[in-house]
Amino acid sequence: MSGSAIVMMLVAMLIIWGGLAVAVVNLRRSPDLPHTDEVKRDL
Amino acid sequence: MSTTPEGVQDGAAAKRGAFSSRQVFIFAAIGSAVGLGNIWRFPYVAYENGGGAFVIPYIVALLTAGIPFLFLDYALGHRFRGSAPLSFARLRRGTEGLGWWQVGICFMIAVYYAAVMAWAVRYTIFSVNEAWGDDPEGFFFGEFLKAGDPGVDATPVWGVLIPLLLVWAAILIVMLLGVQKGIGATSVIFIPVLVIAFGILVVRSLFLPGAAEGLDALFTPNWGALTDATVWAAAYGQIFFSLSIGFGIMITYASYVHKHTDMPGSGLVVGFANSSFELLAGIGVFAALGFMAQASGVAVGEVATSGVGLAFVAFPAIISEAPAGALIGVLFFASLVIAGFTSLVSVIEVVISGVRDKFEMTRKGATIAVTVPMAVISLVFFSTTSGLYVLDILDHFINQFGILLVAVISMLVLSWGLRVLPTFSDHLSDGSSIVVGAWWRVLISIVAPIGLVLVLGLAFWEDVKTPYGGYPAWMLGVFGWGAAAAVIVFGFLAAQSKWRDPEALSNVHFNEKGARS
Repeated sequence: MSGSAIVMMLVAMLIIWGGLAVAVVNLRRSPDLPHTDEVKRDL
Repeated sequence: MSTTPEGVQDGAAAKRGAFSSRQVFIFAAIGSAVGLGNIWRFPYVAYENGGGAFVIPYIVALLTAGIPFLFLDYALGHRFRGSAPLSFARLRRGTEGLGWWQVGICFMIAVYYAAVMAWAVRYTIFSVNEAWGDDPEGFFFGEFLKAGDPGVDATPVWGVLIPLLLVWAAILIVMLLGVQKGIGATSVIFIPVLVIAFGILVVRSLFLPGAAEGLDALFTPNWGALTDATVWAAAYGQIFFSLSIGFGIMITYASYVHKHTDMPGSGLVVGFANSSFELLAGIGVFAALGFMAQASGVAVGEVATSGVGLAFVAFPAIISEAPAGALIGVLFFASLVIAGFTSLVSVIEVVISGVRDKFEMTRKGATIAVTVPMAVISLVFFSTTSGLYVLDILDHFINQFGILLVAVISMLVLSWGLRVLPTFSDHLSDGSSIVVGAWWRVLISIVAPIGLVLVLGLAFWEDVKTPYGGYPAWMLGVFGWGAAAAVIVFGFLAAQSKWRDPEALSNVHFNEKGARS
């Protein structure tokens, strides 16, 4: 593989796979918990 | 605060079905987005449109049109808690036809998409003993499909009919099981299986001789391509067709998500997961094509192709040549089956959900009323000797002048006609990890429509200039232009029929989260 092809492959991997990792981390920071009013209703 | 009577939401979830968690929704949405296009379309589109340089328009299209459009679909379904027709009707009664137009498109897609699944099922088995011998092309068109001259012919092809019947039986079971146990569970199980199977395929391909030349062909940047409008149109087109946006799927799925879920945060995961799989597919496919080029002593450009030709002609040739080819074959075709199946399920759910909401039917009733006629039409048209031609024409025209056209029109109606974007961005931002503010409204009302109109305009010009695929004019008229027009007429006629329960449109059903009032 040529140098420029390797660089562009790494750039694509970094942006796209890295973007997925960042998106997952971001989503995990906002937990998927039931809202308080619903917790009450379930009781 | 919500003005919604609490009981209504619970009742609606119990009645219409719902995903049990955000995670299940995300898997289902990824299952829908990751389809045949990721595997057999993206690699070639990237190669043809600048190689490594294509990364730039591709990322720009993902961020300026793909993900914003995903948010638009989410907002509509999540706020109005309905199928595509019901969500549009609750937004404004007069726009219900757009929802039915999307339902009609999904109906058309389902009938031919299932046929490709049937081929892939059959080829998973063919791979074991490389049944195509030394002429994969002759085998596929001749022995397998028994394709004659373009036209319509009712001679059944048993080798397609039987697997197609099995595909429809599997679909019927999944759809009868419902939103969580059917659609949700299928994706939660099979998407990880798909990633593992395709991952093994990629690793195997990378160790084939010539793999590096294949990757070199895919990633060597042609910077000159960036000044070419058709390259940008290809990037917007690829992102758009790959993400399952604009034709009802994401509206329907979002309506099954709990009303306080972080939709934009989930959407970012879905958007990037789809592109991540696409990149993985590009690497696997081009490594394999590099091997094939080396084995036959030609340049990679000579063997690079996409679609049916890639899957059913080029890959069988690779499988025959490569050491442990049967393993590559089974992994490749099983991946096609899984990726396609989870997408097919989502397309059919748009139709079932629309029918169910409108006629107040049970899950079982609506599933049978929709799936059985769909299966019959699919079997009649696509298990015959003329199946391939009808499929090719329908696919081309429904994509360009169905999906793309309805997406552009609904986008313009929502942003410029009804001016609902401020309400939608409040809804999306409320309780979300991402603030969907003015940037989103600009992208969805100006940037994305420009990108998609460019794609649509070029496609229209191309099809008017040269008849698609060199097919006879009557075939293009009936299965191409005719089919695309028929779904529009169907959409606006279906919207005229009465709602079984007139209360269905009342605003007590809305998810008032994020409402300014």
